[in-house]
Amino acid sequence: MEYKDYYQILGITRDATQDQIKQAYRKVARKYHPDVSKERDAEAQFKNAGEAYEVLKDPEKRAAYDKFGANWRDGQDFEPPPNWDAGFEFRGAGYAGEDATGFSDFFESLFGHGHSDRQRQHVFKMKGEDQHAKIIISLADAYSGAKQTLTLTRPAVDDSGHVRTTPHRLHVVIPQGITEGQRIRLEGQGLPGYGGSPPGDLFLEIAFQEDRLFHAEKRDIHLTLPITPWEAALGAALTVPTLGGNVQVKIPPGSQSGKKLRLKGKGLSTGSQRGDQIITLYIVVPEPKNEEQRNLYATMAEKMPFNPRSELGT
Amino acid sequence: MTEQIVYIQGVVLNEETRCTLTDLCRLCGVTAELIHDMIEEGILSPEGHSPQEWRFTLIAIKRVQTAVRLQHDLRINLPGCALALELLEELEELRRLSQRS
Repeated sequence: MEYKDYYQILGITRDATQDQIKQAYRKVARKYHPDVSKERDAEAQFKNAGEAYEVLKDPEKRAAYDKFGANWRDGQDFEPPPNWDAGFEFRGAGYAGEDATGFSDFFESLFGHGHSDRQRQHVFKMKGEDQHAKIIISLADAYSGAKQTLTLTRPAVDDSGHVRTTPHRLHVVIPQGITEGQRIRLEGQGLPGYGGSPPGDLFLEIAFQEDRLFHAEKRDIHLTLPITPWEAALGAALTVPTLGGNVQVKIPPGSQSGKKLRLKGKGLSTGSQRGDQIITLYIVVPEPKNEEQRNLYATMAEKMPFNPRSELGT
Repeated sequence: MTEQIVYIQGVVLNEETRCTLTDLCRLCGVTAELIHDMIEEGILSPEGHSPQEWRFTLIAIKRVQTAVRLQHDLRINLPGCALALELLEELEELRRLSQRS
C-alpha cells in the first residue's frame, strides 16, 4: 500500500489551520474538477484532493493521520502500525461520507469503508451510479460507423466488502455520422445497483483522433486542396480524397486561393442529418527551375498585366 | 468454443431527439423541482409552455449532469452553475479553434 501525503496533495504545510485546509481544498477542487479541467489526470487529482480533504477537515481523523509523522513520502510503501487508531473514535462507525467509492486502499485501511458496513446493517435500495468515459475514434469510423471494444475500469465491491477496480470489457456500436463531443448513452451499462435496483447508465463521449488530411467542424469535414496556378485559372477535374474514398471534383476556371467547394453528403451524415465535405483551394506556385521556366513567368508578366494590389492604392 | 460478441447499440444524445420532463428526470436522476429551477436560471430552455408540454433536447442531459456535479462538488449555486456552463462552453469552442491554428 502506498502512503498518501494529504498535505502535499492540497499543497499546504502540516501546520495549516482548518480554514487554510478548506481554502486549499476548494482551490484544488476547482482546478481539477473533471468538468472544468482538461488535464489528463484531472479526475485522479480531483479524487485525491477529495480524499485528502475528507481526512484533514475532520480534526479526529487529521490527528490520527498526523500520528504517522512527517517523514513519509507520497507513494512510499506503507503499513499502518498495529493499534495505531487506539484512542480515536471514528473507527467502527467507518467512513460514512456520501461517496467513498474510489478512495484509495490507504484511506480505506485507515478509516474503513462506509458502503460495505451500511450494506450489511440494513438492506437499502439504490440505482447504480452512472459512469462517464471518453472514447477516441478515427474520422473514418465516425463517417461510416464502426464497432468497437473498449475496456473501462470500474470500482466493484468484492465478497469481503472491499472496493477493487476491475476491468470491464464492452462491445459497442459507433453509429454512422457521430460528431465530436456527442455522447452515447448505454442504458444499464453503468455501475451495478444496490439491493436489486437497476444499474446506472454509461455515457460515452466521442473525441476524434487527429487526422493528417481532414478535420471536422460539427458535421462538416474540411480538406485543404493544393492546386497549380493553371488548374486554378483554366479549371480542372481533379481526384480528391474524401472519408468515403476518392471522388472527381471539377475546379471552376478562375478559382482563387481560399475558394471553398462543397461536396454534399460527404461529411458526417446520419439518416436525418447531412454533413458535407468542404474543400478549400490553396494555390501552390511552382518555383522556376531553369531558364525556360523563368521565361514562362516573364512572358506571363509581359502578356498579362495585372495588379493584385490595386485596392491598396499602390 | 467461440464466444458470440454482442455489440451494444446506445442512444446518441443529439439535438434532434426530444424528451419529456419525466424522461429527463429519470435519465439524470434528479427531481422535477430542480429542472424547474434550472429552467428559471436559463440553464435549460425547453420547447413548450407548460411542464406537460416541455420537450428537451438530449443535449440537456449533459447540462443537467454537469450542473449537478458542479453544485455538489464545488458548492456552486444555480446562478453560478449557469454562468460556469456558459463559460465552459465558450472555453471549449476557443480551445477547438486554437487547435486549428
